Amino acid sequence: MTARDELPVKGSKTRTQAGYIGKAEPRANAKRLLQGRGSFIDDLRFPRLAQVVFLRSPHAHAKIRKLDFSKARTAPGVIAVVDGRAVAEYCTPWVGVLSHLKGLKSAPQFPIAIDRACWQGEAVAAVVAETRAQAEDACELIVAEYDPLPAVIDMHEALAGRHVIHPDLGDNICFNREVDFGAVEAAFAKADVVVEESYSFGRHTGVCLEGRAILADYNAAEHTLTVHHATQAPHMMQDIFSKHLNIPEANVRVICRDIGGAYGIKVHVYPDEMCTAALSIMLRRPVKFVADRMESFLSDIHAREHKVKVRLAATKAGEILAFDLDDLTAIGPYSVYPRTSGIEGNQVVNLTGGPYKHQNYRAKLNVVFTNKNVTCQYRAVGHPIAVALTEGIVDLAAQKLGMDPAEFRRRNLVPDDAYPYTGAAGMKFELLSHHQCLDKLLALMDYKALRAEQAELRKKGVYRGIGLAAMIEVTNPSPAFYGVGGARISAQDGATLRLEPTGMLTVLSSVTEQGQGTEGIFAQIAATAVGVTMDKVKVITGDTSTTPYGGGTWASRGAGIGGEAVLQAGKALRSNILDIAAAILSVDKATLDVYNNEIIDAASGASRLPLAELGRVAYFRPDTLPMKFQSELMVTRHYTPREYGFTFTNGIQASLVEIHPDTGFVKLLKHWCVEDCGTVINPMLVDEQIRGGVVQGIGGALFEECHYSEDGQLLNASMADYLVPMSGEMPDIVCGHVESPTKSSELGAKGVGEAGTAGAPGAVMNAINDALAPLNARVNSMPFTPERILDALGAANAKG
Amino acid sequence: MIRLKPGSRHPVALTVNEKACTGTAEPRTLLSDFLRHELKLHGTHVGCEHGVCGACTVMVDGRAVRSCMQLAVECDGASVRTVEGLAQDGALNALQRAFNRHHALQCGFCTAGILMSATHFLSENPNPTEDAVKEMLSGHICRCTGYYPIVAAILDAAGEICAANRITKEKP
Repeated sequence: MTARDELPVKGSKTRTQAGYIGKAEPRANAKRLLQGRGSFIDDLRFPRLAQVVFLRSPHAHAKIRKLDFSKARTAPGVIAVVDGRAVAEYCTPWVGVLSHLKGLKSAPQFPIAIDRACWQGEAVAAVVAETRAQAEDACELIVAEYDPLPAVIDMHEALAGRHVIHPDLGDNICFNREVDFGAVEAAFAKADVVVEESYSFGRHTGVCLEGRAILADYNAAEHTLTVHHATQAPHMMQDIFSKHLNIPEANVRVICRDIGGAYGIKVHVYPDEMCTAALSIMLRRPVKFVADRMESFLSDIHAREHKVKVRLAATKAGEILAFDLDDLTAIGPYSVYPRTSGIEGNQVVNLTGGPYKHQNYRAKLNVVFTNKNVTCQYRAVGHPIAVALTEGIVDLAAQKLGMDPAEFRRRNLVPDDAYPYTGAAGMKFELLSHHQCLDKLLALMDYKALRAEQAELRKKGVYRGIGLAAMIEVTNPSPAFYGVGGARISAQDGATLRLEPTGMLTVLSSVTEQGQGTEGIFAQIAATAVGVTMDKVKVITGDTSTTPYGGGTWASRGAGIGGEAVLQAGKALRSNILDIAAAILSVDKATLDVYNNEIIDAASGASRLPLAELGRVAYFRPDTLPMKFQSELMVTRHYTPREYGFTFTNGIQASLVEIHPDTGFVKLLKHWCVEDCGTVINPMLVDEQIRGGVVQGIGGALFEECHYSEDGQLLNASMADYLVPMSGEMPDIVCGHVESPTKSSELGAKGVGEAGTAGAPGAVMNAINDALAPLNARVNSMPFTPERILDALGAANAKG
Repeated sequence: MIRLKPGSRHPVALTVNEKACTGTAEPRTLLSDFLRHELKLHGTHVGCEHGVCGACTVMVDGRAVRSCMQLAVECDGASVRTVEGLAQDGALNALQRAFNRHHALQCGFCTAGILMSATHFLSENPNPTEDAVKEMLSGHICRCTGYYPIVAAILDAAGEICAANRITKEKP
């Protein structure tokens, strides 16, 4: 039984504002975006605002022989033209390593390349002018001469190391890791069935509709730097600006208002953005950089380029004995600061085979440098690869055993009553619900009926396929993710709640909003916890000088970590409110409650005092309160998950596709996802996180790939050539939920933002291969373009 | 025909959301940049500047056009409608309300363009099918949502607008 001021979130016992948790409330901040009154970086106007554009290397690897700025410097409107050395005077270089990824190495990186460019698109000079058009015109007047160097483009060549990109590092290996748990050799030796497959995953990028954007405003008079930044992690950036630009932390303020898509792209340190901040200090005026579309393709982080060989051992009864994998991934010439580019491969090692109860697991990972754009963490980091190769090889094993893929999974998924459970890769799971999710999925999609329909249609020459993909997902990370490795990235988040004199509630949170609905769900939690209606709540995020310190938004952590801080602050504020009410009304605190913006009598529900009156007394007439009484109507609470390294979630997806063997086209007919993200705070927002994630995952499975030529030129750096999913080709996506709240927080919420992206590629791949099975063809290289499907069918015909 | 000089600025007069607006533009200035930087109407967003993403869509003389594919000077004298003209006195119109209800936007960067395309589309197709909405929406990239709530919102708004029109017609 909880005390009255310790409100259970979903409590039914007390007369409280419990109604908002679990309700599909529209988010308040959508209204300004719908009226064109958002505040994106390029919408901001400052006196003396200058614009910077960058000259970028046309070569994948080249010595910069000569940069002649003489013509550019005299062009109309030009304020400055600088090279890497000039900017390095104002900004120290960085190295993207983490000590807990043992042996991970990288080379120092500067805001602008000095002497040598290491990928096509690396900035080699910056032009600052009064307007962007003037800066772009002047940029064309720079005379740049290069001596091309051998470019390492292929990841196998990088591993072989004939040409070493950073000679000081000795080889092209950024990071490697090998794990061997259980008795893998013995398991394969005694297995009835061994299946093996090689998968490859294309390089993707985030394609945020708003390019990366930053407006840095240095004030020399007080040595302060205010940075309006499209970033997911303002406090992390505050620390980094402070450190590398040598400005005291408290003098750096990072503000993030509206951000036009992020998906992990905007959580990293970018050289051109650091350069913009350095230029503001150098020129003592506000400077803005907004990446254009081509620059976005050339310099936003890429992700996912992996080639993986995976093996699975099973008994003929259908028990999985072991997984064995070998992953090679290429990350560009630098490990990205400060999160490193070793995390994605590391996640593949941690997550492969994760849903299953085998106890033997071996994995080998090599992360290598290449002369392509850098890669780093992008939505679902490593999960799409781990899920696709796990689920691909699981389907192959089921096929070889002649077993239905759903039944094969049922036999091997970790039982729902086995928790807490440690998986073969060493990951600790608090509470997952694989079997409930599988059952719910099969019912939701009417699996049996679909299989029957599939068989009927095959007789008519229609090739439909059904693919499943079970998944585990890292959410609510503890300091084990970055902090333990030395990165100054907060795993903790905070919330400040303040009751205003009129009875309104202001919520300040360190979590940031990029449209997920963070501010909306925090309003729901705060209203619930305090006892006010939603219209009374105003949420403020994205300002290091006003919000509590915290990590921001990444790794599916905002709702689970930031939400718990809001809940705890709300409970504490409610208790403080009741203290004041008891003092005003001269009654025992325990007889009162807060409900519907009023103090009520807990027993009868009778109205006693509006919060607006309580606020008036507390702020303006404290002289009427008892002499020793001090009211506290502002409360801050923090929360860090610590019991588990990660609060794992689970789920399962299914895809139904139809293949046209003559054209190689894949038609997505329907998609399902059943996900367990613990407490669902707002089902409408959660479902749309899943759907949006699924669509991004489908993009990787069917369309998206950054194509590089043999000499390292990005061949499709435009939206016309790099295809992303559009409305007409997307299937209906049906969402279902199982709720297993985490016990590590009172809110019980786990993350959900990456679940869709994690599982969709594997589900679509399995559906395509299921459709192709009667034609004896298989595909294993994403994206599954019509060309690749036709190639697979051609190879099958040639064999047949 | 007036001959324009590169590098020099030329007067451009537009009617934007029923208000007369004037400014100057170089011959190369895009309508999107003119709206944003000269007229300071920031509601129209620029996503790709090559006519693919649809974020910058506005209505010019009743047609939905990508403002990054039009020069400001060629629109001289035109009547332009932008996202800022949809809500009246801060009250969302039926389409905007439906978007809000259905959570048909996340980051909101693509939204202005989609609202303008949908406004044009509904004016010509007051009672559209789901497939027709999806076809129209395929001229826009939304990287956040799964498109589903946008389709639902447009269909919902169509129903509401139709019903409202019926009532208005019946009244006199």
